Formats: sequence, C-alpha cells, structure tokens
Amino acid sequence: MVWRIGPKTNQKIAFGVLLLMTVITVIVLFFIIIYVFKNGFGQLTWEFLTSKTHDMGKEGGIFPSILGTFLVTILAIIIATPLGVGSAVYLVEYARGGLLRRIVSFGADCLAGVPSIIFGLFGFIFFVIQLNLGWSILSGGLTLAVMIIPTIIRTTEEAIKAVPHVHREISYSLGGGKFDTITRVVLPSSLPGILTGVILGVGRAVGETAAVIFTAGSSLGIPTTVFSSTRTLAVHFYILAREGISMPKAYGTATVLIIIILAINFIAYRLMHRFMKRYY
Amino acid sequence: MVKDKIAEKLFLLIALSAIISLLLITFFIFQQGIPLIFKAGASNFFSTQWAPTRGHFGILSMIIGSLMVTTGALLVGIPFGLACAIFLAEFSSSPLQKVLKPIIELLAGIPSVVYGFIGIVILVPFIREYFGGPGFSVLAASIILGIMILPTIVSISYDSIIAVPKTYREGSFALGATKWQTVRMLLFPAARSGIVAGIILGMGRAIGETMAVIMIAGNALKIPGSILDSVRTLTSTIALELGYASGDHRAALFACGSFLFLIIIILNIVAIKITGRK
Amino acid sequence: MRDLAIALIISLLTISCSRKEGGIIIAGSTSVQPFIEQVAEHFMEEHPDITINVQGGGSTAGIQATMNGTCNIGASSRNLKIHEKGLTVILIAVDGIAVIVHKDNPIDDLTVEQIQGIFAGSVTQWNILGGKDESIIPVTREEGSGTRGAFEDMIMGETTISDACLVQDSNGAVREIIATTPQGIGYISVGLVDEREKAVSINGHKPSLTNLISQKYRFTRPFLLLLREEPTGLCKEFIEYTLSEKGQAILKEGGLIPARDIQDN
Repeated sequence: MVWRIGPKTNQKIAFGVLLLMTVITVIVLFFIIIYVFKNGFGQLTWEFLTSKTHDMGKEGGIFPSILGTFLVTILAIIIATPLGVGSAVYLVEYARGGLLRRIVSFGADCLAGVPSIIFGLFGFIFFVIQLNLGWSILSGGLTLAVMIIPTIIRTTEEAIKAVPHVHREISYSLGGGKFDTITRVVLPSSLPGILTGVILGVGRAVGETAAVIFTAGSSLGIPTTVFSSTRTLAVHFYILAREGISMPKAYGTATVLIIIILAINFIAYRLMHRFMKRYY
Repeated sequence: MVKDKIAEKLFLLIALSAIISLLLITFFIFQQGIPLIFKAGASNFFSTQWAPTRGHFGILSMIIGSLMVTTGALLVGIPFGLACAIFLAEFSSSPLQKVLKPIIELLAGIPSVVYGFIGIVILVPFIREYFGGPGFSVLAASIILGIMILPTIVSISYDSIIAVPKTYREGSFALGATKWQTVRMLLFPAARSGIVAGIILGMGRAIGETMAVIMIAGNALKIPGSILDSVRTLTSTIALELGYASGDHRAALFACGSFLFLIIIILNIVAIKITGRK
Repeated sequence: MRDLAIALIISLLTISCSRKEGGIIIAGSTSVQPFIEQVAEHFMEEHPDITINVQGGGSTAGIQATMNGTCNIGASSRNLKIHEKGLTVILIAVDGIAVIVHKDNPIDDLTVEQIQGIFAGSVTQWNILGGKDESIIPVTREEGSGTRGAFEDMIMGETTISDACLVQDSNGAVREIIATTPQGIGYISVGLVDEREKAVSINGHKPSLTNLISQKYRFTRPFLLLLREEPTGLCKEFIEYTLSEKGQAILKEGGLIPARDIQDN
C-alpha cells in the first residue's frame, strides 16, 4: 500500500483518515442520544413521571412502566445474583480447573451470547403457557434472570480468580476454614468486580425488549402483584414508536429509559475502575 | 470442619441449580425444535419457502437474510471500529483516551429499540429518497446494526492494542519506523487475536438482534435482490410469529432458535481457538 | 446489606401470595385492542377494584391464548376456523377492512382486481393505475393476523399475497408506515383510519359508516370476544358492559358498527 509516498506522508494520510473515521463514529453515537434527548427532554415533567397511562399511551404518563420496569428488574436480580455468584464461587473455589469448570464457563459464554428473542421464545412457552404463570412480572423476571445468570457467572468468576492466591493462604495460615476464607477474604475483595457484573446485568435487563414483551406482556395498568402483567419502559417505547401513537411521548419514554441505563452503566464503570485499580 | 462441609454442599447446590436452569433452556429449545427438522426433512427445512401454516418450513431465505444483514453490519462496524480503536490507542493523547473510551462504552448500553427508532425516523426515509426502494432495506439494517456493534468492536480492539507490550513499540521506533508503520506491521498482527475475538462478539450481537431489525428491515420474505430490498432475518421471524404459532409452526420457530443457538456455539468455539483461551 | 435483601425477598413473597384477585386478561386482535382498551378504561373507572389487562398479539394468538387458558377473554377480528371451534363467541361490533394509501397519493379508487394485482406482486408501478411514476410498496400483516385473514378471504380470494410485500405485526405499525411512505399501500381496520392516511374506495364505494351498514362496502368482519366456556363472574360483568348502551356507544364513537345496531337491522 506504500506507493512512491514516503512513510512520513503515509502516516499523515493514515492519521487523517483515522481521525476522520473516529470523528464520524463519535458524532453518530452522540447524535443518537442528543436527538432523542432534544425531543424528549421537554416531556420530562413530574406529571409524566408519576401519572397513569391513558388512551393506549397517547395521554397520561409513564409511571406504570417505570414501576413495572423496576419490579421486573429487581425480581430478575434477586434470582440471578445468588445463583450466579454462588455458582461462580463453587466453580472457582471448589471445582478448581476441572473439566466441569471449563464446560460450565464455555456454556455460560455461549448463553451470554444467545439472542434475547430465544429467551423470549423459551419464556413464553415455558413460563407463560406451560407453567401457567401468564403474562406477568414473574414470567418476565424469571426469563430475564435466566438471561443474565450466565453473564453474572462469568464476571464473578473473573473477579474471584483475580484475588491473589496469597490472600487465601494468609487466611488459611491464620486458622480460617474454607467457608470463612471465602466469605471474609475472597468475596469482599472481589465485590467491586461482582457488583460490576450484576449492574451490567441490570443495565441489560432494563433495555431488554424482545424477551420481556412476550413474557411480561404489554398491559398499561399499574402492576399490583408479581402476577400482574406490565409494560416495561423499553416495551412501551417500542409500541409507541412503531405504532406512531404519540411521538412526543415516545421521545419522552426513550429519554427516561436512556437516562436510567446511562446512570446504571456509569455506576458499573466506576466500580470496575476501582476493582481494576486494586490489582493492576 | 462441619461448617466447611455444609458450605461446600450449599455452594454445590446453588451451582447445580443454576446449571440445571441453563441446561433446561438449552435442552428445551433443541428438544422442541430438532424433531421438526427431521419431520420436515432437510430439503424442506433448507428450502426457500417459508409458509409454516401450509407445511413449508424452508428457512434458507431467512438464513440468507441474517447473513446479508450481519455481513453489512460488519462492513460498517469493522472499519470504523478499528479506526477508532487505533486512533484512540496510538494517535491520541491520554486525557482524550480517558474521556472518549468510557463514553463509547457507555453508549453500548443504548437499547436496541432506540437504534431501531432512529433508523425508522431518519435513515429509512433518507435511503428511500436518495437511493430508492422502500427504505426498509438490507442497507438500513446493516448501517444501524453496524452502529450498534461499534462500541463492542472499539472497546475490545482498544484493549487488545493497549495490551501489546511497550517493548514492541520501542523496538520498532528504535529501528526508525513511523507510528503508522508500527501499527500496521507490528501492533496489528500482535493484537490480532483479541481484535478478532471482539469482531466475533460483535458478529454474534448482530446476528441476534431482533427489535431494531423488525423496525427497519421491512420483513419481506423474498430473498433480497439488492441491498435496497427489504429482508427478513431468522430472529425477526421468531418475533413476528411467536405469538400465534402452534403445533408444527411453533416447533419450526424452535428449530430456527436451535439454528441460531448452534451458530453462537460455533462462533464461541472459533473465538476460543483464536484467542487460545482455556 | 443482607438484611435489606431479606426484607426485599420477604416483601416480594408476600405480594406474590395474593394471586389474581379481581382481574381479567384480554388478549388477541390488534384491531380490537384499542377499542377494548377504551371500554376497559371506562369499566375500570366504574369498578375501581377490578383490573383489566389488555394484550395484543393478533387474532390467532388471542384464540390460542383463550384455548390454553393464558387469558380469560380472547379478542378476534375474524371468524373462527374449523379447528378453533368449541369456544363461546360473542359479537361486539362489526368493522371493515380499509385499503389505505399515503395522503398525497392521487389515487382515490381501486378495483378488487387491481388490489389483488398489487398485493400479488403483478402490478408494481403506480402509473399503471393512473398514479405517479413510482414503484408500489405494499405492506401486509403477519399470517396469524385476523385482519390479514379477513383481507385474504374477502379481497384476495384465491390470489396469494406476494413474498415481496413488507410485513408488520400490528394495525398501528402498518398505518404508521403508510402515513410516512408516499408509495405505500396497506390494509387496516376501518375504525383505525385517521387523518394521516387515505382510505381508498373499492369498486366505487367508500368505507364510510353508512356504506358499511348498508353493505355497499362489503368488506366487513366481526369483532369477537371469545371465552372457553359461558361467561361467569367478572368476565360476564365486563362483557355485559361492553354490550350495554354505554359500551356500545364507546365502540360506535371509535368508528365501529356496534353489535346492537346490527341486531336492530
């Protein structure tokens, strides 16, 4: 690729191209957020955030969706975190380097990459229909939990593995048993890493649409029990946008959704930084 | 100690529960889907006619659709993603890196429905106006998906390039090479496995994307003749028909799901082989 | 931290122990959905202790859900097929299928044959029909849609809808595309047509309410509520409300022909 142009000029050209492409990328990514915010910020009134939804979403606010999103996500986290963290602890601390561990890690990696619509397919047939849980926060939460457990297993695994072996040895030499070592030394040290994984899982769950629309349903009422159907923010936005019910409200919903996700990811990022600082 | 024995059993129990639930899903999908492939026969399943209510379960047009859209996404995402990563890693100042990289990673969290929406509102009319066709097209889907996988590719490629030891660069400079020559002939090959892993991850995301694609690809079943034609992917079919499919039709959707699952497994195996991870 | 987790779990368990009290789940046709939502909203104002959840999914999805008990009441915008018989069927209104085009499309009238040609893929340019020199972009619904079923029965007949048509999975989505795509053509529920798009007259007859009632515009289909067995309790109350004067007025205002008016004819 070097013609009669010298390496220095070549570099200048390369630099120019790279700069241009980077600028384009950053502009495009920013544009998306700014476009949504510009059109949606005006919608963010106290009314909007606390009123019920009326007329298929044309009127009223998005409180039912905010509550619904919260409930479904909390349920998913409550189920997924103990299972995910506990599994990772077993795999790293007890099943050291064995075949089981490698198979499970590989399986978790695969499942972490499986399209969310497949979880929606599974959740709809299994939870909604076969287990007769109906379209509900329960169905939605269980489906999301199953979706994020693999991610939590993997990130917790990495976090626990990163704890230097020396720490464990010190604990043993002071007379601590395995359980004590795990709960008082390993887990506290890897906590930021674990939390990062959990929070990233939360971020993914909040933005999820395909898996949720078929399991938690799309009801507009305020959810009262775990068996209530609910329409999460992402689903509400999807329906408002593609049916053209109300563009202003759609933008408003998207703005709220993006703000929540950005906040979540930001927290995860800061945590991950603290975690990295400890060991690198 | 007794406490330790109980603890071990407890953790084992938790691990087994999690593993069982994950296995449950895997088996459920395959168990519902694979029998249909045998029932319908390979020539039916891999034909181009998808009319499940009339006994035609050909997923070939949708496979081609998914492939076209994913390839398009990679054609958009890889050049820009790598350019960003290289620029940030080697040609920009430290404060710029510290600011831009986190921002790009944060943007990875924007939900896919928002991307789809931007696609409908801005990209589709643009394509229809200036390029022709319905606007809901392979092109629209490729661009939007490409943008969606950018943060992934940038992030992982950046990490891979940064991870190349300083000594490589210093040796290269000592021999009189420019930065660009160093990047092109030394760092790139050295970081290659990480970069490829990132690309594979992005590819997996693109193949699995559903909502954004349903919104902007048009979902026509016919195999697209050009990138301006509408297209249907495997994921879109599942989402569009899941609500009402029953019997063999439902099984056929699970078969699509099994196929996608298999592809992800293959991609992961390739990624492991390339990065040499254990 | 641990105490907080325990508290959360306990509260969730207590909430979950109160199962669906005073609630109805309605699922199915996206054509019926907005109307039944409105009726439900009014119903819930009068009965604040009852919750009604309305889902979409399409007519076939609603029929399925009723048959396997996932919902209490199903909503369909087409008649039941042979293998779907066995459910209790209640007619609440009659609606028409409107063929819609973009507001700026100069074409106001189409024949059934022309519509068949468009959706079958044999007619591909608007200027053949007297319109602008542009390609036609037909949009259809997914196979399980009641609206599509009615469209295929009444207008397409033996002709199959082409694979090249764009596909969307709700009335609203089709309407949105047509409203923003100058070369587009699609079909939706008459009751859902608004000022953002234009409904063409077919064989000279506009899909107005009078034409629908007099059957001059003959492309009508029933809006049905379905149950597994005879309605009792809450379901019965809701259905009676929908069929009452108040309920029927809401449907009429929305642009449908309420069942009452048909029975009176």
